[in-house]
Order: sequence, then C-alpha cells, then structure tokens
Amino acid sequence: MTAVLLILILPVLASAVLALVGSYRVGAWINVAASVATFGASCALFVSPRLTTLLLFIDDFNIYLVVLTAFVGMTTSIFSATYIRHEMETGRLTPRNLRFYHAMYQAFIFTLLFGLVSNNLGFMWVAIEGATLTTALMVSLYRTHAAIEAAWKYFILCGVGIALALFGTILMYLAAQPVMGSGLGAMAWDGILPRVAEFDPTILNLAFVFLLVGYGTKVGLAPLHSWLPDAHAEGPTPISAVLSGLLLNVALYAVLRFKILLAANGNAIAPGPLMITMGLTSLTLASFMLYRRRDIKRLFAYSSIEHMGIITFAFGMGGPLANFAGLLHMTMHSLTKSAIFFTVGHIAQVKGTQTIAGIRGLTVTHPRLGWGLVMGVVAIAGLPPFGIFASEFLVITTTIARQPLLAVPLVLALLVGFGALVLRLQGLAFGVPRGAPGGKVEASLVPLYTHLALVLMAGLYLPPPLVVWFQNVAKLLG
Amino acid sequence: MSTLGYDIAHLLDGAVLLFSFMLLYQRRMSGLISVFALQSVTLAVVAAWGAYTRHAPHLYASAAIVVVVKAVLIPVALHKIMTRLGIHRTVDAAMSIGSSMIAGASLVALSIMLVLPVTFASAALTRESLALALSTVLLGLLMMITRRNAVTQVIGFMSLENGLILAAVGVEGMPLVVEMSIAFSVMVAFIIFGIFFFQIRERFDSLDLPYLESFRGERR
Repeated sequence: MTAVLLILILPVLASAVLALVGSYRVGAWINVAASVATFGASCALFVSPRLTTLLLFIDDFNIYLVVLTAFVGMTTSIFSATYIRHEMETGRLTPRNLRFYHAMYQAFIFTLLFGLVSNNLGFMWVAIEGATLTTALMVSLYRTHAAIEAAWKYFILCGVGIALALFGTILMYLAAQPVMGSGLGAMAWDGILPRVAEFDPTILNLAFVFLLVGYGTKVGLAPLHSWLPDAHAEGPTPISAVLSGLLLNVALYAVLRFKILLAANGNAIAPGPLMITMGLTSLTLASFMLYRRRDIKRLFAYSSIEHMGIITFAFGMGGPLANFAGLLHMTMHSLTKSAIFFTVGHIAQVKGTQTIAGIRGLTVTHPRLGWGLVMGVVAIAGLPPFGIFASEFLVITTTIARQPLLAVPLVLALLVGFGALVLRLQGLAFGVPRGAPGGKVEASLVPLYTHLALVLMAGLYLPPPLVVWFQNVAKLLG
Repeated sequence: MSTLGYDIAHLLDGAVLLFSFMLLYQRRMSGLISVFALQSVTLAVVAAWGAYTRHAPHLYASAAIVVVVKAVLIPVALHKIMTRLGIHRTVDAAMSIGSSMIAGASLVALSIMLVLPVTFASAALTRESLALALSTVLLGLLMMITRRNAVTQVIGFMSLENGLILAAVGVEGMPLVVEMSIAFSVMVAFIIFGIFFFQIRERFDSLDLPYLESFRGERR
C-alpha cells in the first residue's frame, strides 16, 4: 500500500514545490527528479503487497498502466527539460509561464495515476476531470490565437464529455444501490464486480451509453474527436506527447472498467458492438483525414485518433486474442507516439516552423533527428520489425477469423492511413533540404531512442513473463 | 415519505427545469446570470428538502455548497467580469426563441421517454427526478449550442452541472464525495474560465465565439 500512496504523494508534493520555485532551470531539474522517483515507486508496486481499500486498489490491469504512465511521464520530463530551454532562449516562454507549466505537469501526472489506481468510480471521474483542467491550461500556454481557441474547444468539448460521464456514473450507482446498499461500497469497482449480475440490466445499459460517449470524448473517438488535433498542435510539444501517450489511455481505461462490469451482467447489452462501431468510425475517418494535414503536429494527432480507434476496435471484439492485441497496441502506441512527438518538438525548434511544407530533407540536415523520425513513423505506420506491427497483425488476424466482413473496412482504413504517413514521411525526411537551414539544437535524444528501442524489442521478442501477464489481463477483460 | 413531501420534491425539481427554459430565452447578460443564480438557489432547496425528508444530513452540506458557490460566488464574479469587460448588451443566439423552446420541450419529452421505462424498478421519486435532471442536462447542452458568446456558453455549462447535482441528490444515499467534488471542480473550472475570458478579450477584443473561430488553427 505504501507504494501506492507514494506514487500519489510524490507528484502532489512536487507540484506544490514547483509552484514556488522561480528559476526554470531548477524547476526543470525538480520535475525530472520527481518523475524519476515516481517511476521508481511505481516499479515498487510489483513487490509490495496488493491491498485493496474502498478508495484505492491495484490489480493486474492497472499496475501495468501505472508503470507505463510513470515511465512515459519520466522520459517526457527529460525531453521537456531540453525543449523548454530552447523555448526560453527564443523567448516564446517566460519564467512565470514555466513555473506554472512545471507545477501543472506534476499535477497532471498525479491525476492520471490517481485515476488509474482509484477503486471508487466517483473518484476515477474526479481524477479524469482533473486531468482535463490541468491540461487545458497548458494547451493555452503560448497565448496565441490558435492556442486559446484550441484550449477553449478542449475545455468545452471535454467538459461536456466529462459531464455526460458523471451522469453515467450516477446511473451506475443507481443500479448498484438496491443490491449493494447505500454509501461508498456501492461505488467500489472491485466490490461491484462479483455482484453486478444482480443489477438491473436496463439501467446498466443506459449508464454505459453515457459513459462510453462521455469518456469516449476524452479518448478522442469520432464524432467527438475534434478537440484532439487542436489541443495537440497548439500546446507545448511535451504536452502533446503526454496527451497522446497517456491521457487517451487513461480515458480508455475508464471505458474498459465499465465494459468489464457490463460484460459480467448477462442481461445487459453487449458493449462490444458499440465499441467496434466507434472504433472503426474513428479509424476510418482519421486515416482519410491524414492526407490533408499541413501541420506536422496535427498529422500525428490524427494518427493518434486512428490508433485509439484500432485499440477500441480490438477491445470491442473481445476474447483473449483481441484483448491481448489491444493491450499490446495501447503500450506500443504510447511509447511510439510520445517518441514521435519528442522528435517533432525538436524538429519544429530547429526549423522554426510546424508546417509540413517548410520541412524537407531532415535526414540530410539533421541526421539524428531525421532518422529518429523515420524510425518512429515506420513504427507507427505498422511496419515490421516494430511492436505495432505485431499488435496490428494480431488484430487483423482475429478479425478475419471471427468477423471476416469487418476485416475489409479495417484493413482498408489501415492501408489508407499507412499510405498517408509514408507519403508525408518522404517529403519530411528525404529530398532536397528546403527553407532555412535551421540552427543546431541541443536535443536530448535519450528519451527518443529509449522508446524506439523498447518498441523494437517488443516487435522482435516479447519476454515470456510479459506475455503471461498480458494474457491474464486479457482474461480479466473478457 | 408523506405525499406532501413527495409533491414538494417534485415541484422543486420542476422549478429547476423551468429555470433552464428561462435561460434558453433570456437575451440580456445580467438577466442570464440572475436566472442562473435562481436556479442554483432552487437546487439548494431541493437538496435541503431531500435532507429533511429522507433524514440524510449530508445533503445539507451539499445544499450549503451550492448556495455559497453557485448562487453567490459565481454570479457575483460573473457580474464583476461583465463590468470589467464592459459587456452589457444583449447577446445573440443562433436560434430564435420559438424554435429553441420547441427544441427544449422535445428534449424534455425525450428524456422522460428515455428514463421512465428504464428505471421502473427504482423508487418513484428517484425515477421522476432523474428524468427532470436529464432534461436539465440536455437543456444546458442546447444552451451551449445555441449561444454564440463565451460567457453564455459557460453559464450553459454550469446549468448543465446543476442538472447533474439534481440527479446526484435525487438518488438515494449517493455519497457526499461526489457532490463535493462537483462543487469543487466547478469552482476550479470557473477560475479557469475567468482567466480565459481575459485572455480571449486581450487577444480578440470580443467574447463572441464566431470571432474566435475565424482563427482556424490550420490556415491554408
């Protein structure tokens, strides 16, 4: 239990301290140190005994997401330190901005971890709402027209989404209350699960629709995805990396918790088809939209929608194999997409622009960044030998085996998305360099190549303990 | 619960919904803020009445939170922002009064048709107040869609949250944590909205959203 408390207390303390530290250099260091400590504490979860209370709990499912979240939080904080140094030098940010930014960064990590480990459905909601509040302010950090518009859109759309999710949570309590009695016990996930079969299925159905639409907004599922590209493109790049790599996962995690509840009640609607529809729609829509992007961060934001669509589709299919693929894809997408945003952040800094047309021939002018981008895009497009190939392959083969008709739109959308990414990559990475030659930037390439190495390793060889573990979680997901 | 207590609870729930309709057609900014404050006061009375009739003292705390935050602090702050920014004029809406009323009435019908058949096993009071709460939520959404100004959108958002609290209060024995957290998050949200108003104002000299939207993130 102490490890659980530690991963919650560390970011809160760090956030409080960072709010007081005026120097941005010291702030960046504290940010990195706190993130490393949180990651260390999250690893301690494996050895510390798993206690379950009414408010907090650890099981096979959330432990893996906690570690992933703490890990990406750590690498992003390292990337962020070099990123903001450049932003300070070019005068895009002031020390006051950065004090706020660092405090919010840790507060954001806290809300994510709290959402993951909370056993109480109400607290899970509070945590995800908190994640919206903390990030909305960071998206508008640059105070440009576009950034304020993006933050406003993010706020309003996710605010409404989260409100619908709360209504769903209240309905869930309404369903639980006659069986579980009043009070906190009727909102504790692990207490509800064994008795969910006795709940009124009609209320559960209604609750799930609200929850899927509500949390689905935060996952970035179509048709409620329009906040996502704006928020990713206009905020500081480290925020784009954690939004894509972590926030979307945590929102999806909330949906999955409720999906498990619904699946355990035999008379409620099957949540699968709803998720398949939303996933496939998002995937198709996003892969066509990839073609018309002019802004490099927007391009990868749409690619995030595409991948969240694939993951939702996989979990909607259900069954041990598809769930396994979904979990693997969630992990791989987190690592790859944040790695891509690390590169894109530095690329935008050296080139001084985010428009795709202004960036050409990166492998010639900035070989280490350029090849990092090439590897990232190859990975995210689903080419072997990277891990995303393995998970996408699994998704496609299970779909062909179980629902051959669904495989047609799935494979088509994947190919369309693949084409768009390769097309854009050619221009970005190869060809004759164009525009300003671009200055040098002190990029920290450690986070980037660490992520890529992990994704590559997962594609070549998954350690057996990890496989067994994913299989257990896949069983839990039903 | 006595029949009278039951009727009063319904009356109060209905009053909250009525204020949502008033928000839909109110055109003046200060009028909107006052109606929102009145709705919050009614909501607090709903919570207090529930606390009294159902012997659930924690609902008194929710009532107090609603009164302090939503009926006093937020309206006062919104008035302040209005005078600071000098917006006293009437606000445009995307829909005429008539059509927004019709849309509102159909949303109420929709939520009654949705909630009542689904919750036949629950207590009668819960069923009906849940239907009214969902109507309030949907009307809040409608208001956010039909108004073209940042302040009015925020008022719509907060009246939507009033609907959520109405639902939470109506459900037997809902733990207090939820209401408190709602109140808290509304407060945080409001502070942030306040900052936004100033930022937007600073940048655009207007709080009308179409003006904001002309700055597409991705210009060709």
